[in-house]
Amino acid sequence: MRSLVYSLVVSAFLVGCGSTVPLTDVPVSDATANPVSGASGADGLSGVKNGGVAPVDLGQSGSQAAMPLAKRIIYFDYDSFVIRPDYQDLISENARMILGQANRKVAIEGHTDETGGREYNLALGQKRAEAVAGALAILGVPRSQLEAVSFGKEKPAVVGNDESAYSKNRRAEIRYQ
Amino acid sequence: MIFGPFNPSKFSIVVVTFFSMLGLSPSAFGTKRGFPRDLLRRGFVMASGLTLALLLFLGFESHALAQFRVEVSGVGLTQVPISIAPFKGQAASVQKISSIVQADLERSGQFRAVNATHGPLDEVSLPDLSVFRQAGSDALVTGSITSLADGRLDVRFRLWDVVKGQDLGGQSFAVAPSDARLAAHRVADYVYEKLTGDKGAFSTRIAYVTKAGSRYQLWVADSDGENAQSALASPEPIISPAWSPDGNQLAYVSFESRKPVVYVHNIGSGKRRLIANFKGSNSAPAWSPDGKTLAVTLSRDGGSQLFLLSAAGGEPRRLIQSGSIDTEPVFSPDGRSIYFVSDRAGSPQIYKVAISGQGVERVTFTGAYNISPDISRDGRWMAYISRIGGAFKLHLMDIESGNVRVLSDTSADESPSFAPNSKLIVYATQFQGKEALMTTTLDGKIKARLNGQTGDIREPFWGPFLNQ
Repeated sequence: MRSLVYSLVVSAFLVGCGSTVPLTDVPVSDATANPVSGASGADGLSGVKNGGVAPVDLGQSGSQAAMPLAKRIIYFDYDSFVIRPDYQDLISENARMILGQANRKVAIEGHTDETGGREYNLALGQKRAEAVAGALAILGVPRSQLEAVSFGKEKPAVVGNDESAYSKNRRAEIRYQ
Repeated sequence: MIFGPFNPSKFSIVVVTFFSMLGLSPSAFGTKRGFPRDLLRRGFVMASGLTLALLLFLGFESHALAQFRVEVSGVGLTQVPISIAPFKGQAASVQKISSIVQADLERSGQFRAVNATHGPLDEVSLPDLSVFRQAGSDALVTGSITSLADGRLDVRFRLWDVVKGQDLGGQSFAVAPSDARLAAHRVADYVYEKLTGDKGAFSTRIAYVTKAGSRYQLWVADSDGENAQSALASPEPIISPAWSPDGNQLAYVSFESRKPVVYVHNIGSGKRRLIANFKGSNSAPAWSPDGKTLAVTLSRDGGSQLFLLSAAGGEPRRLIQSGSIDTEPVFSPDGRSIYFVSDRAGSPQIYKVAISGQGVERVTFTGAYNISPDISRDGRWMAYISRIGGAFKLHLMDIESGNVRVLSDTSADESPSFAPNSKLIVYATQFQGKEALMTTTLDGKIKARLNGQTGDIREPFWGPFLNQ
């Protein structure tokens, strides 16, 4: 019963705050790899040959209704991992919600703008995610409920090569699982 | 088409008899040794410093798909002028062997194609070398492609020193029709090694990633980007593919489970193993030269930190501990040290540490953003990306001296990877608004864009020499 109430509260909360951020984020469904056995090039030739390459197709992402994001997204300044003071209310609100659901796992997903290398941006996005996870932990959220991960520059919210796009992409998203 | 005057049919018959005694496996014939380095005496020297954009139509036959763009720039460029005669029988074949050989050799920067008009030639012909000499050619490749009764193709060739009038030998390959391109790359490897003294790396493979809409694919292609075969398709990003030293497996980062995790993927069987799926982000896999260990970046204990993992799996061992970002590890060719990127001095720079985790040394000192190191197999060079005034450009450092040169004039370069013979670098860049792959020589003078895929191509990694 208690969890049902919380679900309703969460739903109302999520419905209540409409997203003002256009997100091209693709929801993910975990897909299992279907290994293809048998090498296509294994034809017993004695001459030169390519090693066969067996294709693996992970299929399409499952469709998942878009979640309102405005209360789950924190934007960062250029080259910064500092949570701006105006996000303190948003962090507190999320902390309260997570604290109310001891079994709830929450991922904090860090993102960067599209300039620079993929792996270095992955590390930068990780710093942003960990900054938000740290802020939640200070408010008492158990670390065991939180996982800070990074998408680097791989999942821009807005596609574009100007500062207005970049500023929308330097972000961390709190995702309830 | 007229036969040259020096093409006595008796000679051909003798050589045919010699061929008939050979098996079908790769075999050398006419094994005269010695590198004709004096071929270079008539080498092509660029007279001007202008950048020439040459649209090259490959071979004697034009072939729409085989067009590629090679940019030549700079002065003092020395290239061997070479003629590649159309292989006898290739008109009936999908793969134009001579075109592939020519494109390979030109992309290497060591050769310049010279067209000459001569009658039909194959590996048993005695060509009229004066024709090629007059055209300015120093070397000639002749050959043939024929279908065998069992459906395989028999590819044969011979290399001539046009200046000395000397037969430099040749080989024959019996291949499945699907491997005709590979046979052509082997021809190019032979010619490259005979005429430059360095091992050719044309018959190697490159892994790369394409993005089309929200579909990501990991591909394994020939070293020229052609003949791509899909190893993995996913609705989520794939980054950082890395070949195992034996060329059988790719490690990479996949986001298919909504976080970065590291897989090792056997490309022959399609079987995949999760090698690093710890709490937080798992990324930047790099193989040790012996293939037994992987270096990875893990955030499981907070921060992006370097760890070593057995390729068989198991518990990771921390390489170094820092309060900063440490990522993009790559092993030195001797396996004794690891180059990596760290922001410990405030901005990303490249460092080096012993495999024991002791003795961190800074490697890059100029510029405020140096990332993505790769070390050439010969240990002499480090390719990396450096930001200059907002532009990300491919750089090359002579490791011994620390001297650095800029190799590109593009502004969004990423992910350099050396050919296994240390003579070319493949890298990702932006070309006409699309992500594309380029190769460059180490002097930056010869660049070629790799074909093979439409759309965005990224994350190249040049594979090892393959056992023949």
